[in-house]
Amino acid sequence: MDSNAYVTRERIDADGSGALADREVAVKDNISTAGVRTTAGSTMLAEYVPPYSATVVERLRAAGAAIVGKTNMDEFGMGTTTETSAFGAVENPVAEGHVPGGSSGGSAAAVADGDVPIALGSDTGGSVRCPAAFTGTVGIKPTYGLVSRYGLIAYANSLEQIGPIAESVEDAALALDVIAGPDDRDATTRDASDHYDTATGADPAGPAPAYGFADAADGSVANLTIGVVTDLLDGADAGVVGTFEDAIDCLSDAGATIREVELPSLEHAVAAYYVIAMSEASSNLARFDGVRFGHDAGKSGNWNESFGATRAEGFGEEVIRRILLGTYALSAGYHDKYYKQAQEARAWIKQDFDAVFDEVDVLASPTMPVPPMERGESLDDPLTMYLADANTTPVNLANLPAISVPAGETDGLPVGAQFVGPAFGEPTIVRVASALEDRV
Amino acid sequence: MSDRTVDHEEVRHVADLARVDLDDDAVDRMADQFGDILEYFDRLDEVPETDADPDLTNVLRADEVRESLDTEDALDNAAETEAGYFKGPRVS
Repeated sequence: MDSNAYVTRERIDADGSGALADREVAVKDNISTAGVRTTAGSTMLAEYVPPYSATVVERLRAAGAAIVGKTNMDEFGMGTTTETSAFGAVENPVAEGHVPGGSSGGSAAAVADGDVPIALGSDTGGSVRCPAAFTGTVGIKPTYGLVSRYGLIAYANSLEQIGPIAESVEDAALALDVIAGPDDRDATTRDASDHYDTATGADPAGPAPAYGFADAADGSVANLTIGVVTDLLDGADAGVVGTFEDAIDCLSDAGATIREVELPSLEHAVAAYYVIAMSEASSNLARFDGVRFGHDAGKSGNWNESFGATRAEGFGEEVIRRILLGTYALSAGYHDKYYKQAQEARAWIKQDFDAVFDEVDVLASPTMPVPPMERGESLDDPLTMYLADANTTPVNLANLPAISVPAGETDGLPVGAQFVGPAFGEPTIVRVASALEDRV
Repeated sequence: MSDRTVDHEEVRHVADLARVDLDDDAVDRMADQFGDILEYFDRLDEVPETDADPDLTNVLRADEVRESLDTEDALDNAAETEAGYFKGPRVS
């Protein structure tokens, strides 16, 4: 079966040797690769060849990985199903006829297909965890600031992080070790060495410090308290909830303490996420005017006429919808009603998480409230598709790390469990995920 | 369908601000969908005021000349260039 996982198959050889020696890695097509076209799944960038590589690409190569291609994705990362790509929808390799999740669906499909052990995605509101959950793979959304976004084609800067999708928890953690670390080309990155007990020491001359995330995949949860977020179980698919609860029982048997917790602010996360993401998107995507790079409609006329024609031709409908709603949310008269209130919700969600992490080490929920949708099922109703992001978006609003790991199946379809940690709590979420992986 | 209505003129206005030409069919679809989506966003009205602690740090670095893309590479993806510059459409 051809899952249409790749937009471009072109090899970029390793540039060194290290933790990923002789591994093959696929890279989402919104992550720039010098000399290899990078489309972000859009007609707008169908012929774009970046003159530089993203920091994460340089770090993969320096660690010995060869990049084998650029993976298909929802256009500019905007989607939950990988059906909005200008290069066609992606098939779910483990559930034919269903979507692989989005927006990093191509990366997840490449891993689920057995084509590569590791792929990079990007996660703005769940775009690494959702496809991992829908394809039975592992995905990590890192703490904001842990991984450089230099060379990532921006959608919503305050929310998005590049993260790995892999066959196993250990491989995902290993890839995160390679790509994490401060970068003077991205001022939002932080040196997180102080946060990690397992840090093996940063080498200033090396490509990145090693934080020891892979070492944390030891399957030991004996002294950990896991909080089950009951707010995220209400309204979820019964089969998904049943599979998730069985997974939690496994962790309890493995020695973890389980508690139920409530985070009332999460009810507002989807609305806050979409207002903020669309607002940032409307600003970020203003750069696509056909003058310096990207599609050019070649229309004569003045500046505004030329830009309007180029952008109408280059962007797909979901991207246009988000640009317009973002423009609306930021416009005079509506800024206080939407954007300001979304920032209030974001602050409230952060406070809720801070308070609950005084009581538990990790939070758990199903990654997605539903099993993988059938292809074509949700495209006509954008609001329904947005609501599917209820469990993943709070994490991005609060800048926290989270992992999705296979929890089992419902009616033959994959279900993912999500574990969320406090900021720079990657070793703990990796540990819990590895414990579940050993037992499912 | 929601009670909220976003009229076609509003959709055309934001499309104009965002520099995206929309045909009449697209305006119809967007106007329909925006009503439902904005009504859902209205629930943000219920969010209480929060004492946010911004904890901001100034991350400005020294303004030093560094290695950067050379002009040829920077211009390589442009549809039209002239004498080492991007060439855009006329302003008015």
